[in-house]
Amino acid sequence: MTLPFAIIAGLTVGSAIAAMSLRNLVHCALSLVLTFAGLAGLYLQLNAEFVGFTQILVYVGAVSILIVFAILLTRSTEPKDEPTTVTPWVGISVAVGAFLTMALAVLASPVGKRIAAPAPEVSVKTLGQKLMTDYVLPLEVMALLLTAAMLGAVIIAMKDKEGSR
Amino acid sequence: MLGTGILKGMVETAKNFAGSYHDPERLTTVEYPEQRIASKENARQFPFLVHDTEDPMQGLRCVACQICEKECPPQCIYIVKSKDKRADYKGQMQLYPVTFDIDLSVCMSCQICVEVCPFEAIKMDTEFELSNTDRFGGLLVNKHQLAKSNEHYRKIHPTEAAVSDDALAIEVAKAKAKAKADVEAKAKAAADAKAKAEAAAAAAPVGVAATAPVPKPSAPAAAPAAAPAA
Amino acid sequence: MAELFAKLDQFPVTLKAWLMNLLQGFLPEWTLPLVSAAISITPILAVFPLMFALTTVIERKGLGRIQNRIGPNRVGIPLTNIRLFGFGQFIADGIKSLIKEDVVPRAADKVVHFLAPIALLIPVLLTYSVLPFGKNMVPLDLPQTGLLFFFAVGASTELSVFMAGWSSRNKYSLLGAMRAVAQMVSYEIPLILSSLTVVMITGTLSLTAIVESQATVHFGFLHNWHLFTPWGLVGFFLFLTAAAAEANRTPFDLPEAESEIIAGYFTEYSGFKFAIFFLAEYLGLFAMCGLGITLFLGGWLPPVNIAPFTWIPSWCWFLGKLSALIVLFIWLRGTLPRLRTDQLMGFAWKFLLPMTLINLVVAALWHLLANNIPLVARWPLGFAMLAVPYWLLGRSFEAKFTKREYRFAN
Repeated sequence: MTLPFAIIAGLTVGSAIAAMSLRNLVHCALSLVLTFAGLAGLYLQLNAEFVGFTQILVYVGAVSILIVFAILLTRSTEPKDEPTTVTPWVGISVAVGAFLTMALAVLASPVGKRIAAPAPEVSVKTLGQKLMTDYVLPLEVMALLLTAAMLGAVIIAMKDKEGSR
Repeated sequence: MLGTGILKGMVETAKNFAGSYHDPERLTTVEYPEQRIASKENARQFPFLVHDTEDPMQGLRCVACQICEKECPPQCIYIVKSKDKRADYKGQMQLYPVTFDIDLSVCMSCQICVEVCPFEAIKMDTEFELSNTDRFGGLLVNKHQLAKSNEHYRKIHPTEAAVSDDALAIEVAKAKAKAKADVEAKAKAAADAKAKAEAAAAAAPVGVAATAPVPKPSAPAAAPAAAPAA
Repeated sequence: MAELFAKLDQFPVTLKAWLMNLLQGFLPEWTLPLVSAAISITPILAVFPLMFALTTVIERKGLGRIQNRIGPNRVGIPLTNIRLFGFGQFIADGIKSLIKEDVVPRAADKVVHFLAPIALLIPVLLTYSVLPFGKNMVPLDLPQTGLLFFFAVGASTELSVFMAGWSSRNKYSLLGAMRAVAQMVSYEIPLILSSLTVVMITGTLSLTAIVESQATVHFGFLHNWHLFTPWGLVGFFLFLTAAAAEANRTPFDLPEAESEIIAGYFTEYSGFKFAIFFLAEYLGLFAMCGLGITLFLGGWLPPVNIAPFTWIPSWCWFLGKLSALIVLFIWLRGTLPRLRTDQLMGFAWKFLLPMTLINLVVAALWHLLANNIPLVARWPLGFAMLAVPYWLLGRSFEAKFTKREYRFAN
């Protein structure tokens, strides 16, 4: 574990905890953005430049704005003083249990024991060629899904014609 | 076509840009502290007190009537009347202001004090560089700073000053005529008294002297009527 | 002669190599990458903020002249009568903003309010790290993802703008931030799509490689700038329009429309924090211009491959083109009025987006037909394929801007 990894991991986990525990929703959103940025840093640590920068472009640049707009447009950002009715311990124990199960499963699986082959130099060009050949069907399905989602959003947001109701 | 308007506008601004360098006519800016334009005759900034004689304090036309103090919309004038009297420009005995302060920070240059003054004593100055480093004392202008000569008034507002001078000249002429009439009346009264005294052979001249100045106070009352007419 | 100029061209590179050689002797091994980075960063931090400072004065003078005014011409050397045509103004402004009181609203979210200008300036400065300023002069060469890095980092400024607007607890700030974010999100798409044509043609995301791809020569003298192709010509103007909107420049300066919302998202900032917002905005504009130069105007390449032009150092070409674009933006600012919000959004989605998509198709055809149709026929064909949609889209747009009829004000 190198020092940069420790810093990035600590930042990511810390901001993730802050995103869950802060009372002000906008603060939560901002901490979540920091988590996204930390994840991008981890990708960069793994030499996955393209994924790392895409993570920043999509999550820090776009998804965060979406979250923030959703918060501002739906409810008050004033922190409420009323205590949460559900005790956090149930959630924490479920989360820890789930994480432990997964971690054990991963550790027990043969994936970890296999010596990783030297990672091939993945260029953006190969990524694009793969997307256009081997993975063209998933890509098209995703495009269709996104188009459908966008059309749905437009229809919901569209003003009702006068006198239609 | 979309965009032609933008191009037209850009040509226009480019013309302005180039034109401002070779055609000084285009630039309307006056680079103020070095370049100055003559102030307009009707410009007004802040009131001043007119004086006629060499000594500003002796020649102030103001008689401390306090009309301006009462009329001033933002209440920026403060006057204290004198206890004694002194002769004004027509030789008439009048009160004078012991204190005459105008708060520069409150004055709104409305000229109402000038409009209401029956004595042509307060006028508007064109001086506009009134900034001061002392924001409390420095902005309260006292009568020594306010006093400016009638020549100054004639210089900054020639037309207005001529009208004002005419009105005053009429006043002075009236006063002189009155004084002359008074003198004649006095002489006549004295002659009559003399005749009477001679006739009765028993009367004191002191009583005549006391009755003589009685018609005088009517002179100032005529002035407000004269001013609007002017 | 040519060799001397070549040496001058590479002077910053050789200077850095010499410095590194010198420092290698007595610095520990692990500090060397840091020192190397610091040496690369220093000129950027020196040149571009200085350029910003000069731009503020030139902009005010230029706008003044456009409006037949003189503009600032007073501040020179203190205590003397030397006025330097007013070019001391930016130093006076800088000192003023440094010594001004920093007012933070009582209701503001103090932490976010403090972090916002920093979070805005850092990404803006980071975008400079991938721009090739001259031959062999790129601080961080990312052969795989250079352009993506630029857009990724540039996109994260939106959140900083939102942070500034939200934390101020001021309705004008929040309105400004909302406008800015909506505008930046909308115009990012045409911006990226118009740059994508270049990526498609050159087949690389590396900005250095993109510049080098423009180094081929046409007709024996003309460099193959992407501007000289139909898709590049249209793409460059689409890019400039979107860049102006991204950088909040007139006519797209709604986020800080003084007449409507004071100063937009930085209404509640004063003193040096305000100056940082100002700096970040201009540096963002310069970075956008730099990217436009790299993608379409041949980066640090001279326009023609003839002796006196090739002698001028490559970084001079870059800075010269940058200055020209800055002047263009000042000129536009002096000419165009501000758009309305619905016009702004309509322009992005109904005009820029279709045009960039058509431009992508034209660029693809240009690339595919390279061997089949000669250049003489390809050029007019590509241009017509763009001009017709431009005319059609523009016509539907212009119909809305008919002469306004007033009922009473005539």
